[in-house]
Amino acid sequence: MESTEIVAHIPRLRRYARALAGDSHRADDLVQDTLERALAKFYLWRRGSDLRAWLFTIMHNVFINQLKARRELALDDAVEDGLQSAPQSDPLELRDLDAALMLLPVGQREVLLLVGLEQLSYAEVSKALGIPAGTVMSRLSRGRERLRALISGTATLTSLKVVK
Amino acid sequence: MSNLTETDLHAYADGQLDDVRRVQVEAHLAHDSAATESVRVWREQNEALRALYNPVLNEPVPQRLLAARASRGRWPYYALAAGAMGLGFGLGWMSQSYRTDRFMEAAALPRRAAVAYAVYAPEVRHPVEVGADQQDHLVKWLSKRLGHELRAPLLTQQGFDLVGGRLLPGGKGPVAQFMYQDTKGQRITLYVSLRDAEPRDTAFRFSQEDKVAVFYWIDGKLGYALSGEMDRASLLAVATVVYRQLNP
Repeated sequence: MESTEIVAHIPRLRRYARALAGDSHRADDLVQDTLERALAKFYLWRRGSDLRAWLFTIMHNVFINQLKARRELALDDAVEDGLQSAPQSDPLELRDLDAALMLLPVGQREVLLLVGLEQLSYAEVSKALGIPAGTVMSRLSRGRERLRALISGTATLTSLKVVK
Repeated sequence: MSNLTETDLHAYADGQLDDVRRVQVEAHLAHDSAATESVRVWREQNEALRALYNPVLNEPVPQRLLAARASRGRWPYYALAAGAMGLGFGLGWMSQSYRTDRFMEAAALPRRAAVAYAVYAPEVRHPVEVGADQQDHLVKWLSKRLGHELRAPLLTQQGFDLVGGRLLPGGKGPVAQFMYQDTKGQRITLYVSLRDAEPRDTAFRFSQEDKVAVFYWIDGKLGYALSGEMDRASLLAVATVVYRQLNP
């Protein structure tokens, strides 16, 4: 039975959830809800497709719903940008990475983690989160720049010289 | 170069470019210090994320998550042991059972090495953090992080080329993993951990951890484990060469 394969993904789901949700209790709630949803919907998983990406999709949906239920995510576009990125007074250091991550908008945090921590390809991230490739790149770019600004303590964004 | 986009730079930092594009980006970076700095920062961010969160992989899986599974009655219990040797069960078992006494230390080494093998050997795109093309940097970086001089054995005569290496969380600080691959794509890993116990030496020992065969030994302050999904005799031949190279 293929659902047994899901078990093998639990440690990685927990790693991602810890980084995404920021505290271990919430992270395990997120994993638990994700596992239950995945089992209930397992018949929807297409055999041969990437199970891990499918689990990340489910976790994304569960996470957004949890945030909405806790009213931590009032508007849909808070996922995209802005609202959670409160100004930061004290510069953070790299060892405060977990705190800095929580200051990123959820959408940027998800992309940053799926790419940097989970090492998914950009195409896989696009599919897992159900967003266009261009949105993946813009969130990645802004997320990284934001993280750099938070950690180095400078608010100025250095924009790259880009030749189109 | 023409048509360099920020997307190319991100893809370069994340190791997601094909060879042709990668070489083009490298050529561009040679004279664009701002872009080079961005790539450096992004890679540092990636590395910091993995350093911070990879230890979660070593935590025992909480019972309630397994209960979520059991309550549905759809995941047979044996699947846990069978399917998750390297991932859930094995890691949990390991971290709980890790003890400082010598017997447990000796038992934990091959187990940890086999789990690290099972996690990273199947990785297609990112089996290593630093590739063999930067071997000097790789060895220096891992030596610095472990706090002990390391060496990557040369195994080309045995048919294995160095793919690269990565830093992993161990029971007592970071651990280095060197990965090698033969022309058929078969991989072996050399897992090196720094011991905080009294320096000593042991003979070769063998352990079969599920499908992964492991030869391991302790040499002074370092514990070594060579792991691969191959038969014992073939792995022993390689382990012997590794041992001789590290103890000239």
